[in-house]
Amino acid sequence: QMSKQLEMFRTNLEEFASKHKQEIRKNPEFRLQFQDMCATIGVDPLASGKGFWSEMLGVGDFYYELGVQIIEVCLALKHRNGGLITLEELQQQVLKGRGKFAQDVSQDDLLRAIRKLKALGSGFGLIPVGGTFLVQSVPAELNMDHTVVLQLAEKKGFVTVSEIRASLKWETERARQVL
Amino acid sequence: QLKFDSGVLLLSTHRLIWRDQKNHECCIAVPLSQIVFIEEQAAGIGKSAKIVVHLHPASSNKEPGPFQSSKYSYIKLSFKEHGQIEFYRRLSEEITQRRWESIPTGQAMQVNKDSQAGRIRAVGIVGIERKLEEKRKETDKNISEAFEDLSKLMEKAKEMVELSKSIANKIKEKQGDITEDETIRFKSYLLSMGIANPVTRETYGSGTQYHMQLAKQLAGILQTPLEERGGIMSLTEVYCLVNRARGLELLSPEDLVNACKMLESLKLPLRLRIFDSGVMVIELQSHNEEEMVAAALETVSEKGSLTADEFAKLVGMSVLLAKERLLLAEKMGHLCRDDSVEGLRFYPNLFLTQS
Repeated sequence: QMSKQLEMFRTNLEEFASKHKQEIRKNPEFRLQFQDMCATIGVDPLASGKGFWSEMLGVGDFYYELGVQIIEVCLALKHRNGGLITLEELQQQVLKGRGKFAQDVSQDDLLRAIRKLKALGSGFGLIPVGGTFLVQSVPAELNMDHTVVLQLAEKKGFVTVSEIRASLKWETERARQVL
Repeated sequence: QLKFDSGVLLLSTHRLIWRDQKNHECCIAVPLSQIVFIEEQAAGIGKSAKIVVHLHPASSNKEPGPFQSSKYSYIKLSFKEHGQIEFYRRLSEEITQRRWESIPTGQAMQVNKDSQAGRIRAVGIVGIERKLEEKRKETDKNISEAFEDLSKLMEKAKEMVELSKSIANKIKEKQGDITEDETIRFKSYLLSMGIANPVTRETYGSGTQYHMQLAKQLAGILQTPLEERGGIMSLTEVYCLVNRARGLELLSPEDLVNACKMLESLKLPLRLRIFDSGVMVIELQSHNEEEMVAAALETVSEKGSLTADEFAKLVGMSVLLAKERLLLAEKMGHLCRDDSVEGLRFYPNLFLTQS
């Protein structure tokens, strides 16, 4: 019953892979289309490295390796940024680490890899700010104070102690600490 | 000074060509034979690097250009972005070699005798453009074929999802003769397709044969690293370690978690531990975090108070795990917290020890 269907599907996927595997690896837009379509029908191609998608299209390896690179970048920069990094900077750093000949990595790719990393329980989170995201790699260090100030800062790209005092009515010490 | 801004300067064996970046029709050229000599002008503050090209007086059969005549006998090429040094070198070479005297122009020049100023179409440039256009069309065609194939594939995948839902329902309602074996096989089908397991969790969670094997492998791989790190590692560390070692056929985060969930039931020497905060670690069975807490208490007492960062540095562990240990100590009543804007600091719990 199901095993026959599965075999057939496997063959179809193999055919698809032989023609378009490169495309998926090289073209971030195509990858995005692929991911969106999978999501629509209720399939998670990244659930397991043992899945068909991973084995035949190699999508798995791409994202899981990206996960490792993201973890390493966040760890390396944590002492500087306290575990909070913009999606843009993360992308830059990851691309740098991957070298000149590696495949291109889009922000969507990073977001998907990070969402998968959440399963590991160690605090990876995405905070929407403006049109983009902040990537948090340290669990629960961010409290309400921080979040509110971040959103305030996002409007203009920066925030000053006097602004915080004016709009949030905090004391100077509190504002300085958060900054 | 001419209003020729933003363009691309090209050097051929015969001519110096300037082409407007915005208006591709606009193209002006100077035959190299007209050049007397060239000199460089270095860049300064507010000035870009330049090459000054001194020219012979125009000959009477000069082609139409932007100006019929000029009171200056030179033109200045201003390099606003870069390229001056290289261009100067190449231009000097061409002038020295004077290749235009030996190579016949032939096809190279196609003069468009419009009444408009100086439109010379160079075949070379158009040829390159055409090739780029072709390449773009080719890529487009590939992409649309790929998308078509993708859509067809997704249709089939959708059928698989529907099928698995109906089977899952059968299992739930215990309809038909679905054996234990078949259920296990079904789970591995779901795994292959990447479909979430709709059946209620059993002892093994979403575990399948694959995850069981994986768990055994992990026990082997992680023994030594765990011993080196004091018997405990966060799942994130494990993920990186294992995948870096594999190189290919990497594990997904979910694979790792599912395998680790089976460690204890398979009676392997490691176990998965989930802290209250959600942080997940792998410990050696022999590792006893509660004992470590006693040591932690001593350390904190010695120093009076410590933050997770300070503790981590002192003991030589990751901040994440250090924090978990301090939190556990607090949970067990040995430490108290002081949570302020300056951060989270832990003190020995004097309420308990000094009544």
